[in-house]
Parts: sequence; C-alpha cells; structure tokens
Amino acid sequence: MTAIDPAPVTRRPRVATAWLGGCSGCHMSFLDMDERLIELAGKIDLVYSPIADVKVFPADVDVTLVEGAVTNDENEHAARTIRRNSRFVVSFGDCATAGNVTAMRNRFTREELLQLAYVDLARGEIPTIPNDTTLAKLLVRARPLHEFVPVDAFLHGCPPSADEIWLAVSALVEGRKLELPAAYQRYG
Amino acid sequence: MAGAEKPMFAMDGNDVPFEPGQTILQAALAAGRYVPHLCFHPEFKPHGSCKLCTVKINGRTVASCTTLAKQGDEVESETPEIQDLRRNLVQFLFVEGNHFCPSCEKSGSCMLQAVAYDLGVMAEHFSPFFPSRPIDASHPDVLLDFNRCILCELCIRASAEVDGKNVFALSGRGAKKHLIVNAESGRLADTRLAVEDKAMDVCPVGVILRKRRGFQVPIGERKYDQHPIREVAVGKATARHASGKPSPQGPSKEGA
Ligand code: SF4
Ligand code: SF4
Ligand code: FES
Repeated sequence: MTAIDPAPVTRRPRVATAWLGGCSGCHMSFLDMDERLIELAGKIDLVYSPIADVKVFPADVDVTLVEGAVTNDENEHAARTIRRNSRFVVSFGDCATAGNVTAMRNRFTREELLQLAYVDLARGEIPTIPNDTTLAKLLVRARPLHEFVPVDAFLHGCPPSADEIWLAVSALVEGRKLELPAAYQRYG
Repeated sequence: MAGAEKPMFAMDGNDVPFEPGQTILQAALAAGRYVPHLCFHPEFKPHGSCKLCTVKINGRTVASCTTLAKQGDEVESETPEIQDLRRNLVQFLFVEGNHFCPSCEKSGSCMLQAVAYDLGVMAEHFSPFFPSRPIDASHPDVLLDFNRCILCELCIRASAEVDGKNVFALSGRGAKKHLIVNAESGRLADTRLAVEDKAMDVCPVGVILRKRRGFQVPIGERKYDQHPIREVAVGKATARHASGKPSPQGPSKEGA
C-alpha cells in the first residue's frame, strides 16, 4: 500500500467522501463512528460529502473515500473528477472494490433491466421507462472504481465497519501508511 | 528419532521431513508448513489443476501437490515471486466467476476467500468477466450456484469415485469450460444426488449448497472467521466455530 505525503502543515487535511453506485450503507457505517466523528471534525475539513451538501467536487482534496461501483455515466464523470482533484483515493467498501451488489445487474442488458423495473414490476401507474435527457444513463455494466481511475487503497466489507473506517481515516489524514490488521480484510 | 533418519527437503530454508511416496504438499502440511492450495483434498488423488500450490524446486516451477518429495530438494514457496503468482491465480478465479461474497452462504468457510485473505488480495485487479451462469434450484434439497465454481473437479471426483453416481462433469474448453449436471435435462433434480453424498461436502467454494440451512451459523462465527486458513490447513486450529453447531455445509473436510 502506498503512503501519502503528510498533509501540508499550513492547513488541516481536506477530506471528501463520495457516493457513486452504492446503497449508502458504507456512508451509514461512516456515521456509525458516532462520537469519534466529533474528534474527526476537530482534525479535518470535510469539503465534500453526501452529508455536507456541497454541489461541486472541490479542488485540492487530500483524501477521498468513494462508495459504490461505477454504474452510470454520471458516476464515471464523478470518478474522473475525484481522481483529478484528490491526492489519495480510497475504494470504500465492496461495491467500489469489486462491483458487488451493484454489479449483480450485469447479467441483464440495460433494456431488460429497465423493462423489468419500470414496466413488468410496475403497479398501479402507467408504466414508463424514465427517459429524461437530464437523467444519468446506465453503463453497459457496473464496474469497480479501479477499472476507471487508479485507486490508492481498498477498504473491504459490505459495509466496512466503523472501526475499520476510523483506523483508515485516522492513518490517512495523519499521513501514515494505511496498514490495517488482517482481521479487517473481510469481503462481505 | 531412533534408527534411520527420515529423508528431508528444505522449504524456504526450513527442513521438512517426509515419508517416501509423499508429495511436497503433503509433507509440508504434515510438518505444519502451509502451502496455499485449492484443488487438493487429502482424501482424493491429487489433481494438479489450480496451480495455487506452485513452488520452485531447484529453480523450476512445479505443482507441489503432484510432485513427490525428494531428499535434498531446495523448495521455494513463500518468496515474493511465487506469492505474486499465487495472488494472480486467485484474482483470475475471482474475475472468471461471479463472487458476491456478502450474499454467499459459503462466506467465512470458503477456501477461495480464505486463501485470498491469506495472500492479501486487496482487489481483483483484472477486469471481471461477469459471466451469465443461471443457478439450478430444481433439486428439493440442494441448490447449485454455478457462479462460484472454480472448476477444481472435487465434486466430479467425489461423485464418481465415492458415490458411484457421476452426477457432475465438465463441458467446454478454455475460458468456456464449465461445470454441468450429468442428466439429459441438465437439471440436478433428474440425477440421483442425495444430501448424504460425498459430493455434497467437498466443494471448496459456495456452489453445492444444502437448502434451508442458510445462515444457521452466523457470518463472523464460521471456520475461517475464527482461524486463518494457514492454521486450519495444518491442524493448528480446530475447524470448529465457537457455537459448536455443525457447519451448514455438513462436516466439511476441506483444508483438513
Ligand atoms: S464462493 Fe467464496 S469467494 Fe465466491 S462468493 Fe462465495 S464466499 Fe465469496
Ligand atoms: S462445484 Fe465446487 S467442487 Fe465442483 S468443480 Fe466447482 S468448485 Fe469444484
Ligand atoms: S492444489 Fe496443487 S494444483 Fe491445485
């Protein structure tokens, strides 16, 4: 695992978390750090996150945790922006790392999938497949983050435990090498 | 030891004694030295197909499960070069199938997963194939999830050699090779497979599953959740989980 250069001493580490094609379970686990979040808030600036209501991914981020597989064109665009603007990118959980639940749709075509979800299984309304041009478009297959951009570290688990996230984030914002005990390497 | 000294070979600089006729893998495991392996099962003739047990002997790479131990051999096993190779083999196995560990009944007692942990496989690295492999739920007591098959042929061997039923076979070649059910309909329900069969208890991964047993042992309390595979495989840990209940896959001998 690569170590990052320690964050510049002139400012607090800038941390981001992003939510691509995942169920938000990894972010729930992040919140499960409970009172340790207060300690973390004292050490870092959370510059982008689903829990921070910032619209545009900022520049000059030190560490970004990315939840979810890349499953649509918007995810793909976000992945590239995140990589460009972050010094250290972490695949956060099994979907980002391996596709996982999000990739279970890969045995169907997109057309089959949309037909199934919005027409065949629709109840009580006029079944329509959403086709507004502003909506994100599904990629042919959902894929792990590292298939699109280089990734510096992987956190396993569906979701990773709060303890694991705490150890990882603490190490990274202090510029320490990310070495987790073997017990945290669990798929699922 | 009284009388004749046992013959020895060296593995990563350690002396390993062996009985004539033992393979390198058998002797190493008996001496408490783990060598990663998947298609080897102590009750079956070595098969030599997964190549995970590869070692270097006097500079040549061989499968240690099919190579007889010889006095004075210099065997390299856990060198960075060999471990890298093993890691790649495990990554190939992951990307060739569909391994969704969080929803897999075998998670925690799966040899592929446990070996990946042992080798420190952080990600699949290669592009996943995401093949389409429909499951077979036709049998009243058994579920077949082909998505996880690593083609070790243990079920084929057990069904043919122990059960005398020939329920399973391989079909296709190269990347198209896959496990099939030996019945005209291709369905498991149309075979004589029974839950007592040996073929039920040899799969190192989560393909051949008993129905209505899912999650009887909670995730986190399963065999390799309790002890790393390198301890289980050499008998340093009893392959029992904390609760002492039988494993949902029956009395598994894998890695014993
Ligand atoms: S068979 Fe093993 S590696 Fe595959 S999904 Fe199940 S637990 Fe994971
Ligand atoms: S079903 Fe299991 S035992 Fe049979 S070949 Fe596949 S991995 Fe091996
Ligand atoms: S264990 Fe030796 S080749 Fe599979």
